[in-house]
Amino acid sequence: MNTIKIMGTDDTPTVILDSENEIFEISGRSLPEDVTAFYEPIIRWLEEYSSSPNAKTIFTFKLVYFNTASSKLLLDILMKLEQMHEDGKDMLIRWYYPEDDEDMQEAGEEYADIVDVPFEQVSYTLN
Amino acid sequence: MDKKNVRGFLEFVYDFYKSMKAHEITLVYEGEITHQITKAFTSLTESNMAKEEESNTVQKKVFHVMVECLQNISKHADSFGSDDFLFAGRGIFMVSKGDVEYHVTTGNVIENAKIEELSRILDHINVLDKEGLKQLYKTQMREGRLSEKGGAGLGFIDIARKTGRRLDYHFLSIDEETSFFILTSTISRTE
Repeated sequence: MNTIKIMGTDDTPTVILDSENEIFEISGRSLPEDVTAFYEPIIRWLEEYSSSPNAKTIFTFKLVYFNTASSKLLLDILMKLEQMHEDGKDMLIRWYYPEDDEDMQEAGEEYADIVDVPFEQVSYTLN
Repeated sequence: MDKKNVRGFLEFVYDFYKSMKAHEITLVYEGEITHQITKAFTSLTESNMAKEEESNTVQKKVFHVMVECLQNISKHADSFGSDDFLFAGRGIFMVSKGDVEYHVTTGNVIENAKIEELSRILDHINVLDKEGLKQLYKTQMREGRLSEKGGAGLGFIDIARKTGRRLDYHFLSIDEETSFFILTSTISRTE
């Protein structure tokens, strides 16, 4: 299946969805002008991927900032992953947060509460 | 401009300058709030805060609050049926910085018919504690729908959570149809 590679900007995240190389990642800053238009291809890609996913999918979120409109779309993505998990697929979410960023850590905890899918929190140091 | 008008204008500019100084306003804008404006203002404020070595936590809070306030105006300032109405997506946006806190103030015209609903939403947020706000955010994220303009109904809740304070808002009556809605968010510089 095709690969999505979007380079991040100061208001849109980097997105890599590459099933062949097993890279599934959203990172950076997310406050796109039109959130729905930005995330729509990503959701569509996941829908297609869910019909024949890899043996194991590790999905990485490494965001430093997202606005409230993006938070809703991120949940939509997580719910797609949850659905695959419910269908018996091996899924893992890795939620990275800067070690001094309690809000980003808490955002991860909140998502982990909402969706029923294996969820790992990983802190890292910003340089 | 004749001499008298020039003098009047100069006095206006000087008074405006003094007034901004007195209120410690670092940024003020009136007009349409676009995505480009949002990006420009947040990056300007970010670089100013970085220069002044504001803590990361405070910088992030101010950034969050600015983005949500600006998006509130761009999505909700009223257009009164006609798309090109003077007030659509427009408003005033101000940032002020004192010794102990930042204030982000927005003002925009809204239809009187919407005041009751808006007050209900804001008052509901204002009675909730930290845990209550968290639950409301989660519920709204799960159950809320994105509006046509991309609003998720989460902005006010996020502002209350990030600032840890009540939403300070007022309506100033303009005429029978409209009012001016003013919201001030305060971010402490010491926490």
